[in-house]
Amino acid sequence: MSKKCHFWTLLFILFITSINANAQQFEEMMSRGQIKGNFQFESQFYREDTIIGAEEVPERIRSNSFLNLIYSNGGFSAGMRYESYLPPLLGYPEGYQGNGIMYRFASYQKDDLSITVGNFYEQFGTGLVLRTYEERGLGYDNALDGVRLKYKVYDGIRLTALTGRQRIFFDYGEGIVRGFDADINLNETFSDFFEGSKTRILLGGSAVSKYQADRNSQFVLPENVATFGGRASITRGRFNFYAEYAYKVNDPSADNEFIYKPGEALLLQGTYSQKGLGILVSAKRNDNMSFRSDRTEGEQNLLINYMPALTKQHTYNLLATLYPYATQLNGEVAFQADLIYKFDKGTILGGDRGMDIQVNYSTANNIDTTHLNDEFTFRQGYKSSYFSVGEVYFKDFNVQLTKRFSSKVKGIFTYANLVYNQDIIEGKPGAPTVYADIAIADITYRLDMRNALRGEFQHLSTEQDQGDWATLLVEYTYAPHWFIAIQDQYNYGNSEKEKQTLL
Amino acid sequence: MKSLFFTAILCFITATSIAQQADKIPSADVNKLDGTSFNTADIKNDGKPIIINFWATWCSPCKRELNNIAEMYEMWQEETGVKLVAMSIDDARNMAKVAPYVNGKGWEYDVYIDPNGDFKRAMGVNNVPHTFLVDGEGNIVWQHNSYVEGDEYELFELVKKLSEGEKID
Repeated sequence: MSKKCHFWTLLFILFITSINANAQQFEEMMSRGQIKGNFQFESQFYREDTIIGAEEVPERIRSNSFLNLIYSNGGFSAGMRYESYLPPLLGYPEGYQGNGIMYRFASYQKDDLSITVGNFYEQFGTGLVLRTYEERGLGYDNALDGVRLKYKVYDGIRLTALTGRQRIFFDYGEGIVRGFDADINLNETFSDFFEGSKTRILLGGSAVSKYQADRNSQFVLPENVATFGGRASITRGRFNFYAEYAYKVNDPSADNEFIYKPGEALLLQGTYSQKGLGILVSAKRNDNMSFRSDRTEGEQNLLINYMPALTKQHTYNLLATLYPYATQLNGEVAFQADLIYKFDKGTILGGDRGMDIQVNYSTANNIDTTHLNDEFTFRQGYKSSYFSVGEVYFKDFNVQLTKRFSSKVKGIFTYANLVYNQDIIEGKPGAPTVYADIAIADITYRLDMRNALRGEFQHLSTEQDQGDWATLLVEYTYAPHWFIAIQDQYNYGNSEKEKQTLL
Repeated sequence: MKSLFFTAILCFITATSIAQQADKIPSADVNKLDGTSFNTADIKNDGKPIIINFWATWCSPCKRELNNIAEMYEMWQEETGVKLVAMSIDDARNMAKVAPYVNGKGWEYDVYIDPNGDFKRAMGVNNVPHTFLVDGEGNIVWQHNSYVEGDEYELFELVKKLSEGEKID
């Protein structure tokens, strides 16, 4: 202990001495340094409401707060985030209990090399094999704690190597994650060959492996599990085509009920865009592709990879909150098409001031599986085909029109038709699939440069689940900085009379 | 040991106070719309002001703000030479939608994507929309979180001040 202390004291004295010796240099160095910080505090007060099933919250007040600090100086930066959940706001993962610093890092970048120690967020491609990410608003944070190296070997070639353990609330998962990624921009690497070419090609490949000891008495589990990913992006003029494929060796886990089947995922995306027109078409198939650094975990915990949902992320309250979709990790086939078009001024549909239309269609189905007998297949679980799909999980067709009527009035009109498999998405066995129609008008009236009124009128109709809903929002804004809003959500179609309340 | 610790704290305070003099755009790797890499330290505008706006395709106040500015952007540019950098924080789920949306709406901004939030964290952004104003010397001089109708007029007043060489308090 005392030896250790001596070592640090010595190192510190050396550091200070070297600073004093170069006082001028030091001053110059410090003058380039900067500290940035921000603080966020959110608190809510709760009241019991027996009708809508809102239980009494014993603490009455709950709050989340964060303090971020980042120091940077030339190529060096270091930072931390202090988090406090006393206790966490309702709806936030309950695992966040207490205070502490679970995010701190130091990183140094010089020329083509960058080194990070501590916590970091990283993503290979779209994340099919690895993505550590934070979304404070949702409490999602699977940051790695370890070491990451990034090196630009040659023009257009970037390598990333990392190792670490993942955050789970105020702790780290027991599994160790190791990853390597290479990213090549062919146009830069072979600049002579591609000179003057309109085609741009990016390629990437990654390998990620996790280690977790096997303490299971029933099965012999693989302690090291590897995944491999490859990706290509080709852009030519206004077209872009993107493909990514990932393969995972056998990974028995709580998610897949401890079967030894390998996993795979394929994502294909094509876009075309020019001024006034944008088109996106995408398809995805994932089969047994949950990949966590602890095979016994569930929910959003300790996920190493990320399977993006190919559905539109809605913003209006009735569309976004009642029936949202998230990728089913065990298996899913999904398609999405998205079109955005601008009708110019002076055209029939465009009128005096033009009009925008956005059309989106998406579907998600189960993969088509055939159950296999475990005794003869070494717990492969099932087999599935690329050329057929299973039951419907989710469908969404929606159209949005944006129109300015005058210099003062602007409207956004949305219609959506949803099919939502409650049984699977919410894990409610036997619950009927919900078919819902939603219509929304969002109208802004500008009184003058500072004052504006905005109203949202939303309606959702369905025969299933809780029946019809309506939402009304009126907002008055005084720019800059001030607004006052009143919002009411009314479940007037609920078959249980006492639940037809104004919220 | 005690005195050494004290020295360390002094260093820290020096750094803090100096920090206020120069708040530059931090360096982080983000993506261009064609998927290639771009370093944010290279955001420049020939000594003229820059607006950096964090937004997302799923954020309706962000889109209202950027669509409202788009109607006046040409005039803003003519008058002040300002450049707007629209930094999308869309992640893997939505990043492919950014280019079709931006082109479909006919935006003339410089658009980048920060899918893993590296630039967002470096700038201290917690939620969107979050707007920064950078002066001709590359100093971040003003910021604003959220959007209400009409905020763009205040923003443009500040841009005009900067382009005329005035300071913003």
